[in-house]
Parts: sequence; structure tokens; C-alpha cells
Amino acid sequence: MSARLEGELLEVSMGPQHPSTHGVFRMNVALDGEIVVKLKPVFGYLHRNHEQIGERTSYLGTMPYTDRLDYFNSMSNNWGYALAVEKLAGVEVPERAQYLRVILAELSRLQNHASLLGFLLSDMGAWGTPLMYAFREREKVLDLFESLAGSRMMCDYMRFGGCRVDADAAWMERAKKIVYDFPRFLDEFEELILENEIVIARTQHVGRVSAELAISAGITGPMLRASGVNYDLRKVDGYGFYPRFKFRIPLGEHGDTYDRLMMRVLEMRESIDILKQAFEAITPGPITNPKVKVRGFRPPAGECYGRIEGPKGELGFYLISDGTGTPYRYHVRAPSFINLTILEDMCLGHTVADVMVILGSIDIVMGEVDR
Amino acid sequence: MTGAGILKGMAVTARNFVGSYFEKERLTTVQYPEERAPLPENYRNFPFLVFDGDEAQAGLRCVACQICEKECPPQCIYIVKSKDKKPDYMGKPQFYPATFDIDISVCMSCQICVEVCPFDAIKMDKVYELSRRERFDALLMDKHELAKSNSYYHGIHPTEATEVDTRLAEAAAKKKPAPPATAAPPAVAAAAKAATSAPAAEAVVSGTLPAKPTPPAT
Repeated sequence: MSARLEGELLEVSMGPQHPSTHGVFRMNVALDGEIVVKLKPVFGYLHRNHEQIGERTSYLGTMPYTDRLDYFNSMSNNWGYALAVEKLAGVEVPERAQYLRVILAELSRLQNHASLLGFLLSDMGAWGTPLMYAFREREKVLDLFESLAGSRMMCDYMRFGGCRVDADAAWMERAKKIVYDFPRFLDEFEELILENEIVIARTQHVGRVSAELAISAGITGPMLRASGVNYDLRKVDGYGFYPRFKFRIPLGEHGDTYDRLMMRVLEMRESIDILKQAFEAITPGPITNPKVKVRGFRPPAGECYGRIEGPKGELGFYLISDGTGTPYRYHVRAPSFINLTILEDMCLGHTVADVMVILGSIDIVMGEVDR
Repeated sequence: MTGAGILKGMAVTARNFVGSYFEKERLTTVQYPEERAPLPENYRNFPFLVFDGDEAQAGLRCVACQICEKECPPQCIYIVKSKDKKPDYMGKPQFYPATFDIDISVCMSCQICVEVCPFDAIKMDKVYELSRRERFDALLMDKHELAKSNSYYHGIHPTEATEVDTRLAEAAAKKKPAPPATAAPPAVAAAAKAATSAPAAEAVVSGTLPAKPTPPAT
């Protein structure tokens, strides 16, 4: 019996309804005992024709659809899309709106990274507790979004040439309090996980990505920086008002899962620094560009690529305009989709239990992967 | 020492557990059906039609211009324009929607219809718990279900509603001598919308809701 089974591979179809695949993601894994020898990701369960819809609706009409790409960070998605259209149409953004965008993008980075840590730990088997602690903090940020934009996750907040509603003084005070209290959560969370022997054993030397592989595969975001490549669009492109802020880019050394985890913690600390500076620098003023029409917005013919450093990596929007009210071509460069492409390289030689941890550390959202 | 890190983590969970009895911040759960978190003023979820005066269908601000139908990204609005005209709340003959349906199950609450409406006729509601047992028609709202009074609008978005009333009153005062072609030409309303809301916000009588809707000129 055992002789017959020897050398045979077991094929397992993991997902799409597996709780640790972060949505409807499926992997066909070939196992030799417990060791992964082959892994094939299967996408498309959440495909919604996002790009085709974008080519059908008006430029403004695509804005609420971008909320649904990476539904954790609708604010950053809005910004990326608005940036692309503003580039295409040559629209200026008022100062206050730029600061508001920075504040909201960094707040969404905070809640994205906080909940990622929770999810990653829950993938490791710390079921519940760390995730609830992380969600408690995320909840505060979502409440801020709700009282400003009207919705917790589908904010639909940015408009071409500005933002939709202004934040009043009371909102700013609330936001300040949450941001200034955030390090307390971070300290506690670090204490909870980072010295934990189980976490270290499960993450260190697991799923290593070399800098060369990361660059050649087009990996971006915290995952690339965990491999030690200093590439952050906030510094490289300097879009928005980011050149006005002082912040550092944390870098990893080994590119393993532990580095990717730490990268998120360190980035949150930098985000808090940016937010504190933004609260000091923001001044009253208009938040919309009066030249931009709400109805019948028609950018001139041409093409452009607008990109931002989303919490998951480089989020890019590519638009070709033929001068009509709808784009001729609309394409989204989704960071978590491209980061997912090297999943097999990361998982080979590890056990099937590590696959979940590695997948969790990539930080995928299926809304963005499948679009 | 092996296990020190785990003990440290357990100390954190213990602190949270004990702390949840004393600190409000550590126990944030709201026991939903029994207690409800208050909705912020800006909260939005589904559109409704505003009417002035006492009679819902006669007082609808909507003139069936069909802009929202065209702009709605998921195409959940269906409007049939009336054949005849009837006097609107300001006494001018206007078209009115013979049919105005919104499929709430398709609507994605993006409020683009609110932004593009030149007549301030469609606004975002705050109702939730809209689940129905039937699958199709139950969530297809017709104009009778959608019509809600201006005072209701004042109740859910006080600041915004007062701004809208001020703007409408100004537009009416400006338009008074002119021939009553349209209540407020799109350009005027859009310009008023684009202008910063700061002066209008100052005009708000804070906290006092008008008991009766205040139509600009009746």
C-alpha cells in the first residue's frame, strides 16, 4: 500500500470558499506529502467587467465603481482615478483638497494595514482575538469616513479637481484624536505578536522573495520594500502634496513573511507622522475647482497614466480619451493582482499550512484581483 | 526564554479583557437590534424624491428632465415624462414624472443623481433595514414610495436642507420677473452648487428645524 502511494502527488483544490483565501480565490496545489511542488492560482470568480463598465459610463460614473476595486481603501482608489483624469484634463486641485486627500489616503492606509495584520494572524491560527483588536481600530477610521463621506467603505469621496464635501473643525478634532491615540494600539499589537515564538516560527524564512525576483515580476508596495528595494511612489513620483511631508520609507532585509508583516507596522508609524504634519499644515479654503463641470465632463483627446502608492502597491489607472464623454479605453493596474503572480515561487518547498500565511502576507483583495 | 513572547501576548489579552469592564474604548461593540449607533448627518444610502407643500405628488420638485436617469452609473432609475404640464409648487407649469422608478436592489448609493440634479429634487435617504421577502418587485420603488416631504429632508440632513432652501429661495427671487420657462436653469443651479458652501452654512439657524416646509414662493 505505502509503496504504491510513494512518489505520487496529491492535487488539492484550495478555495474558492476557503476562509483563508480572502474572498473567492482558488489555488490548485500539487502536494508531495505536505510540501507544495506546484501551485496554480485560479482567478475570475469575482470578475465584474469593471473596465468595460468604465468604457460605457461617464468619467464621473466610474468613480463609485473604483470604490469597489479594493474595497478596503476606497479613498486611495478614488484618488488614483481622480489623479489620472485630472492629468488627462489638466485640472488643478485646490490646496485644501490636496491636504484632505493626503489625510484620507493615509487614514485608509492605517486601517488597511491594521486589518491586514489581524487577518494574517487569523490565517496563522490566532483565530479571532488579534483580528478583533485590529477591527476595533479600523472601526474608528471607518466611522470617520462615514461621517465625512456618508459611507463606511464605499466612500465615493473624491471628485475631479477636488473633494465632494468639506471636513469641518469637529471632524478634524475627531480625526486628530484617533491618529494621536493610534500608537497606543500599535504598541500593544507589537507586544502581542512580534515577540511571539509561534509567529516568529511561522513567518521567518517563509516565502522569501529576492529583490531581483520582486523587481522582475513587477511587485510593488510593502511587499517590494520588504525585499529591500527602496521604491515608494510617494517619494518617486511625489504626487499630491507628498513632497511637502517629512517621512521615511521602511525597508526590509530578507523579504520573508516576517519582514512583510513588520513592513506594515513600520509604515503605519510613518503614516501617523504624515497625518500629524497634515493636520498642522491644512488651511481653510475651497475644496473644489469651479472650472470642472459635474455634468458633461469631456477631457480632451489623449491618453494618460495616473498612479498612486496605494496601501497594497502601485495602483495605476490608464485612460485613453477620444474627446467624448466616455473613455475610449480604461485599464486598471491592480497591485494585488500583480503581487499575486509570484505566489507559486514563494510557496514552492513550503508546507501547505504556510501557503495560507504567505498568501495572507501578500495582502490581496479579490475585488481588485478580478475586477 | 522560550515562551516569554507568548506570555507577553497573553498579558495583552488579559489587559484587554479586564480593561473592557472599565474602559469604554476597549468595549466598542453595539448590541445592534437593541441599541443602535447614531447615524452621522452625512450618511447616505438610497435616493428619494423631495416634495414641497402637503400633497406629495403635486408638490414633487422633479420635472422629469431625466438627467439622473442618464447619469446613474448602474442605470437603476427609470423615468417616463408626462405628456401634459401641471403647475409645480411655485405655480409654474412644468412636466412631471408620469413614472419614476428606482430599483433599490440595483442602486449603489453613489449619490451622483443628487449631484447632477439641477432642481434639488432628488436627495439621499437614511433608511436601512430594507430587506424584503420577495425578490423582484418589492425593492422597485415607484414615485409614491419615493416621495418624501421637505420637512423629512430637513429632519435627516438639517444643514444641507437649509442650504438648499436658501438657494432655491434666492433663485426664485431672482427669477420672479422673468418668464416662467424653467424653475432654475441648470447653469444657475450648478454655479450655486459649485460655489463654496461657506456663506450658506453661516445662514443656517443651527438646530432649529422649520416645522413646516418653506417653499420659496407659494
